[in-house]
Amino acid sequence: MAAPSSTNNAILTADHINVRFETAEGPVIAVDDVSFDVKQGEFFSVIGPSGCGKSTLFNVIGGLLSHHQGTIKVGGETISEPHKSIGMVFQEESTFPWRTVTDNVAFPLELIGMEKAQRIERAKHFIGMVGLNGFENRYPGELSGGMRQRVSLARTLASEPKILLMDEPFAALDEQTRLLLGDKVLQIQQQLKQTTLLITHNITEAVQMSDRILVMTYRPGKVKRIVDIDLPRPRTSEIVGSDAFGHYVAQIWSDLREEASRGMRDQEKHVMDEGASS
Amino acid sequence: MTAATARRSRSPLPAATGIGALVAFFATMEVLVQSGMVNRFIVPPPSEIFGSFGRVIVEEHVFGRFLQTLTECLTAGVMLTVFGVAGGVLMHRFKLLQQACETWVAALASAPIVLMYPLFLVIYGRSAWTIIMMGFFAALPPVILKTIEGISGTRKVLINVGRSFNLTPSQQFWKILFPSALPTIFVGIRLGLIFALINIVGVEFLINYGGLGQLINDLAERYDLAGTYAAICFVILVSVLFFMALEKVERWLRPVD
Repeated sequence: MAAPSSTNNAILTADHINVRFETAEGPVIAVDDVSFDVKQGEFFSVIGPSGCGKSTLFNVIGGLLSHHQGTIKVGGETISEPHKSIGMVFQEESTFPWRTVTDNVAFPLELIGMEKAQRIERAKHFIGMVGLNGFENRYPGELSGGMRQRVSLARTLASEPKILLMDEPFAALDEQTRLLLGDKVLQIQQQLKQTTLLITHNITEAVQMSDRILVMTYRPGKVKRIVDIDLPRPRTSEIVGSDAFGHYVAQIWSDLREEASRGMRDQEKHVMDEGASS
Repeated sequence: MTAATARRSRSPLPAATGIGALVAFFATMEVLVQSGMVNRFIVPPPSEIFGSFGRVIVEEHVFGRFLQTLTECLTAGVMLTVFGVAGGVLMHRFKLLQQACETWVAALASAPIVLMYPLFLVIYGRSAWTIIMMGFFAALPPVILKTIEGISGTRKVLINVGRSFNLTPSQQFWKILFPSALPTIFVGIRLGLIFALINIVGVEFLINYGGLGQLINDLAERYDLAGTYAAICFVILVSVLFFMALEKVERWLRPVD
């Protein structure tokens, strides 16, 4: 794919990203020549079937994976390791169980040496933003899965990143909680004008929140299409009942269906091959 | 502390059940011994053991001995925590060291170190240091192994959180790896303290230097069975005190799991 036409307001640029892993069965191309850019204040999603290299792309953008080709630029600066401008929210539960909600959220503020009273005050601001007022002194073990993900989100927001990078943050949650948390993320994103890059396999979630959606192919993960979501803002989960929403979901599913089927066939073949060789 | 844990800790039921079970055990033993079903020359009746407490305390200077054993255990405990955790961290940090030594450390955990007391007597003389060092060496392996296990078991996503915040290696250790590993490290320290106490009392018994081990030896040789069991109760008290203190320290360092 051609390099993205970098617009002046592009805050994040991924340029010809290639990732290859060596496995026992030979080299696997996880990400193949992926290029895109994300504009300031935009909500951009990357969607694709399981195994298409979404999480690999998340790790490359977050600087957690260094053996890749191509460049990632933040505000024009090429980055090759975790960057303070990018705040990451992970798919797995990632709160620190030994810290209270306040101490979890204050973690990045502690790292920059902010005074205790000041960082507690700042942490409370972000705890309120994710709707966890009253739970400041609780430990993660006392919270539900959705609440813990909100703590992780607040902790990342507390570092005031230029780009919020999320890897399927609500994947482990039920559909209703996921929709409501989607509302919360949208509300925060609109309030902070936060540039957000969401990695997901959930079409509803992607359409509910995004300005643009990048659809990836199944292995090797390439850019299949970038879809503009022209739905009115501010949005809430109520939008899922609208005709326009259904149209976008159908459109993206028609793109993904073929890829997901290919992925399923590939996995079945892999299982058959393993069975035959054992 | 979770709400459920808090409720459990406020309820007197677990403590009452524990005490009740102990009382029931002693009452059963009393009946079994008094009825002749258990030989009283092997196990004296609990009433006789409790009756001998006063005599053991006054005539055998049990508190001095208790303090000696307690001090030896405390010294060995502090040493094994410092050197055991540091050893585990070093072995985790330097993979070659871990690959080279982990099997040997594991083998040392099951070695009957108490039989090496003549060697320790030669090195440290007939002193408290022989007892402390034997307790220390016997207890070191579980602390090292559990420290390695705890640090290695830190969830990858927590390490990635640290990386995403650009933590230095030192911050990564103190803010993520160490607190994450603490519960497992404390399991190692608890095991270590059990090994240390067994070895310390055992060596006191063998080298006749002092402490509760020597008292048990003296009383056993005099065939004062009730006194012997009473002295063993004081050894158990040392163990209980250590575990209570350790639990407090663990709760202070890591309020919840």
